[in-house]
Amino acid sequence: MKGARASRTTIALKLGMAVSGFIFLGFVLAHMYGNLKAFAGHDAFNEYAHHLRELGEPMLPHEGALWILRLGLIASLVVHVYCAVVLWRRAARARTTKYVMKKDTGATRASLMMRWGGVTILVFLVWHLLNFTIGKVNPQGGATNDPYDLMVDTFDLWWMTLIYIVAMLALGAHLHHGIWSAAQTLGWTGTAAKRQRAKVFGFVIALIVSVGFSLVPLAVLAGIITK
Amino acid sequence: MNLTLKIWRQPDAVSAGAMHTYQLADVSPDMSFLEMLDVLNEQLNEQGEDPIAFDSDCREGICGMCGLMINGDAHGPEVTTTCQLHMRSFSDGETITIEPWRSDAFPVVKDLVVDRGAFDRIIQAGGYVSVNTGSAPEAHSVPVPKDDADRAFNVATCIGCGACVAACPNGSASLFMGAKVTHLGLLPQGQPERDERVVNMVAQHDHEGFGGCTNIGACTAACPKEIPLDVISQLNKDLRTAIKHGH
Repeated sequence: MKGARASRTTIALKLGMAVSGFIFLGFVLAHMYGNLKAFAGHDAFNEYAHHLRELGEPMLPHEGALWILRLGLIASLVVHVYCAVVLWRRAARARTTKYVMKKDTGATRASLMMRWGGVTILVFLVWHLLNFTIGKVNPQGGATNDPYDLMVDTFDLWWMTLIYIVAMLALGAHLHHGIWSAAQTLGWTGTAAKRQRAKVFGFVIALIVSVGFSLVPLAVLAGIITK
Repeated sequence: MNLTLKIWRQPDAVSAGAMHTYQLADVSPDMSFLEMLDVLNEQLNEQGEDPIAFDSDCREGICGMCGLMINGDAHGPEVTTTCQLHMRSFSDGETITIEPWRSDAFPVVKDLVVDRGAFDRIIQAGGYVSVNTGSAPEAHSVPVPKDDADRAFNVATCIGCGACVAACPNGSASLFMGAKVTHLGLLPQGQPERDERVVNMVAQHDHEGFGGCTNIGACTAACPKEIPLDVISQLNKDLRTAIKHGH
């Protein structure tokens, strides 16, 4: 092809998804660590949340470091979603006549759920930000500026905990395939042994993230974490 | 064996097609899948019906011409080509659904025959090594490590049948490209054109309308030559390296 550019290919889009995905993974692990502070009690949890806003002061303005991280995440989100939409549309156009009968032999369920799973996580993200960041919508007990109280009030409701657990299952499935897939896209899995390691690594991290995040809502619901 | 066959019939590239049902009696389990279709076609000829068009050439599993979607699996339930699949893999009274490869880059020509010219154009875009003609050079003048030679040979067994594309939920030809890029990239002779090769092949692949890879692995499960998934990692790595080199 005349004038073919490597950066204009579908593989370049996949590289965009892989890199932005790994940025999300770093964020998600740090976020999970912060959440687990809930087990250390009201003060430790709120202090952590407060410190995030003071990070880098006085070199940085108040919430400066937080906003640098947020801008990085927003940029990653734009890249991740943009590449996913372009690739999804390409895949739809690549087979406009469907099979009458099609088995996906060799495919894991997680690998086939990436797109709708991603949409699920995105929808959850909107609610999650309204719940804890932008709106601080407290489903019971009225508005509060106390992060710990808002968390306990939220997860005290069984259906709120359920929403979060479902979202964490979706995230776990997404990471289970996504982590190894990103490693493959970056060209790190050139042998059968490396591929196997990447798959195991992806599964373990997915398990840690989904269980780690689910512990706090479940502990609130079970009455282990209280106000 | 008595079989019920549901087969895609389409008179030509532009007409609409549909599934037709046929009954076939007294099928020997020792027949190959294509021989079974031959018997059905003889029956259709006798009845004055148009026989079912399907591709085949060597019938030895080495040319890549034959390829059918059989009960939702490319080349059927065994790891082999359609011509090397035998009726003993099916049971008496079974209903078998037979469809052509479904990919907009592989348009249906007639019935079960598709045009895989897109693969030829991908190879033309970069799946080669340029050499000056003349007397063959001494083979031992360019040493190749044994492991590299073996691996290059293993992935060079790709016969271009298109099963990877047919099986891929995204309709991607990444396994096909990966096999060629890995094969030539492992050999000293493939180095001078390495960057251009991957960029031009992937660009042609995208231009043909194949989808992007999401590493599902249905391709390698369907591949009659068992090309492993690591060739796609190599393909991605070569493209990433080409970006770094400014291509």
